[in-house]
Amino acid sequence: MRGMSIIVKKVVQLMSALIFVFGLYIVSHGHIDPGGGFTGGVVLAGSFIVLILAYGVDYFKLKKQKEITSLFENVSILILLLFGLSGLFAGSFYFFNNYLSPGAPGTLISGGLIPFYNLFIGIKVGATMFVIFLALTIYKEEASK
Amino acid sequence: MNMESWVITLFFVLPFFCAFVNPLADRIFPGVQRVLTTVMTFALLILTIFVCFYHQQTIVYAVGGWKPVGSVPIGIHLVLDGLSGFMLLMINLIGFFSAFYAIDYMKEYTGGKYFYVLICLMIAGMNGVVLSGDLFNMYVFMELAAKSSYALVAFGLRKDELEASFKYQVLGGMASLLILFGITMLYWKTSTLNMADISNLLQNSDNDAFILFVQLILITGFGVKSALIPFHGWLPDAHSSAPSPVSAILSGVLIKASGIYILMRLFINVFHPDEYIALVIATLGGVSMFVGALLAVGALDVKRLLAYSSISQVGYVVMGLGLGMTVIAKGEDASAAALTFTGALFHMFNHSVFKGLLFLNAGSVEYATGARNMKQMGGLAKYMPVTFASTFVASMSIVGIPPFNGFFSKLLIIVAAINGEYYFRAALGIIVGVITLVTFVKFQVYTFYGKPAFVSDFGESPTFMKISMISLVVLCFVLSILIIPEVRSLVIDPALDTLLETNGYSTKMPGS
Amino acid sequence: MTLYLLCFVLFMVGIYGVLTRRNLIKIVISLTIMEFSIFLMLALVGYVSGGQAPLVLDPETPYVQVVDPLPQAMVLTTLVIALATNSMLLTMAIRLYKKYGTFDIRKINELKG
Repeated sequence: MRGMSIIVKKVVQLMSALIFVFGLYIVSHGHIDPGGGFTGGVVLAGSFIVLILAYGVDYFKLKKQKEITSLFENVSILILLLFGLSGLFAGSFYFFNNYLSPGAPGTLISGGLIPFYNLFIGIKVGATMFVIFLALTIYKEEASK
Repeated sequence: MNMESWVITLFFVLPFFCAFVNPLADRIFPGVQRVLTTVMTFALLILTIFVCFYHQQTIVYAVGGWKPVGSVPIGIHLVLDGLSGFMLLMINLIGFFSAFYAIDYMKEYTGGKYFYVLICLMIAGMNGVVLSGDLFNMYVFMELAAKSSYALVAFGLRKDELEASFKYQVLGGMASLLILFGITMLYWKTSTLNMADISNLLQNSDNDAFILFVQLILITGFGVKSALIPFHGWLPDAHSSAPSPVSAILSGVLIKASGIYILMRLFINVFHPDEYIALVIATLGGVSMFVGALLAVGALDVKRLLAYSSISQVGYVVMGLGLGMTVIAKGEDASAAALTFTGALFHMFNHSVFKGLLFLNAGSVEYATGARNMKQMGGLAKYMPVTFASTFVASMSIVGIPPFNGFFSKLLIIVAAINGEYYFRAALGIIVGVITLVTFVKFQVYTFYGKPAFVSDFGESPTFMKISMISLVVLCFVLSILIIPEVRSLVIDPALDTLLETNGYSTKMPGS
Repeated sequence: MTLYLLCFVLFMVGIYGVLTRRNLIKIVISLTIMEFSIFLMLALVGYVSGGQAPLVLDPETPYVQVVDPLPQAMVLTTLVIALATNSMLLTMAIRLYKKYGTFDIRKINELKG
């Protein structure tokens, strides 16, 4: 049997969704709480990594997952760059200008553009961490073949 | 500040954009990334020429629009002054010709799309380093350029390339951490990261032991980055293992943008020029010049020979820099300092052009014959006339034969050393020139003359490689007119003024 | 002051490790020790005695005594860079292991720098 025992598999199945939601919480509260895009992204990547650890590796499936994840990474960093550039064209000519209204401090909908940056940094970091994990696993598989 | 100054963000936004559009575009139109990257680097070159020659004034740009609170700058600032403009011109010139050359050269490698991603990131990093007005931002951009260069050195995935890359990563990583350590200490002392602000704060205090310690740590860090002699271990391996267009960028501009440029900026504009520190820098430069030249004579691998000679030529620049700093620190005649700095800047530009050209030549020899050892070559002049002619011009430039550019810059440094009565350094410059002559005569004789070692189943390099090499040959001639003062005032003098105003850099803050 | 000196000692331990270890993985670990000593140093530099976390919780009194947030931001940025460094180094180490069958740097010596 590939991967770990049935108990670990079932627990991980249940836990991974919870870990994912916790990652989303950290990402979305980045502008009012400690945490943010990077921390939350790492947690998001963790939810996928535990699944692979529990279920074992399938070389060809990994290759495909790596392709898709790097697409995510690519698109999210382009969107981040476009957000930065949008500051230039929102009337003030400042790169990375936060032109939305800041709102009331401490509430969820505040901070102007920062929640959006956090969201895409979260996707970017999650995808990157996952790609690094997949790449290292693929190299290990290739080396042990 | 005026409204057009946002243009300077394009210097790193464009390559970033290109880097991440490349893999997406490659899914739809395979091979399009070659065109995209070349067009992007050309656009950057045009932009640089526009900014340097047409706009000609210092731009201070606050990213994110953070206004200073009182006189304390907050946020990240980009500063474009004479020296930054000069470096930008160098980076984007060599970047463009390397990308152009790579169109044909990279066909034999698989995974070409990642090559273009990495090369765009490296150009973005270098442009960011020279534009940054903030120490930590500079460090981040420097790491960006360094990380992409680590990956590019290992691009062929052969045994020796991986080993060179690992060695480069360990030494480069240690250097980066030393630099970060220095930055931390500076932040501890001054509570600011803005270089103009640090310069302002340090102006009013003497060079105490703390600052001297920070300076020595930073010299070690940037010494590794620019491969001065006791710290040069990684350079010959890394520069000879990379694909040739990348070697041209690494040797032509990366060691200057992330090593010598920051040395100039920090030790002349930010810190007080100190006599002992100047002596350390000049000694490092002199030793690099001499030992690097001796190592180059002994090398038999074409690209290793060029890499060792890079160490030696960079030594000239650093020695000129140290000499000028000594003159400023002693409070002597500013015109003597001006002469050495002109020589150093001019030689830096020249070196990036002719060493870039030489690496492209070595690449085209390797492309045709598949060999890098000079003993296996010979008689290539008959088969590859364009490569032969361009190598001849580049060799004459680096050796310093009069009509070519290398002669004038070396002459300026040596004359400045004699004027300042540093006869030993002047003599060292001449001796190293002679050793370089021997090296490149050896290179020419082994590679292009003598009896052909191959059967003639190969011809001249493909078109794009030829065009790139010929353009750089033309530049080797054209740059020698920079010796005429009227022309020099357009290109070198803005950079020179930045260096000569020393702590005048502290006025380049937003809101002042 | 002792704490700062201890950070420096940790930095030196990292350098010692990089220079003396013969195993690729141990070299990577030593580099990481150097990185972490600088993170500690940065956190110490930004510390203000009795300071709180730099968060504006109550909009009425935003200026309580807080620690300097800038070094913390620097640590986070450097952390990302350190992640890139480590993953690159480990990738190279795996590739080298595949080519040579060993992590010992005395046996990986094709080049003589």
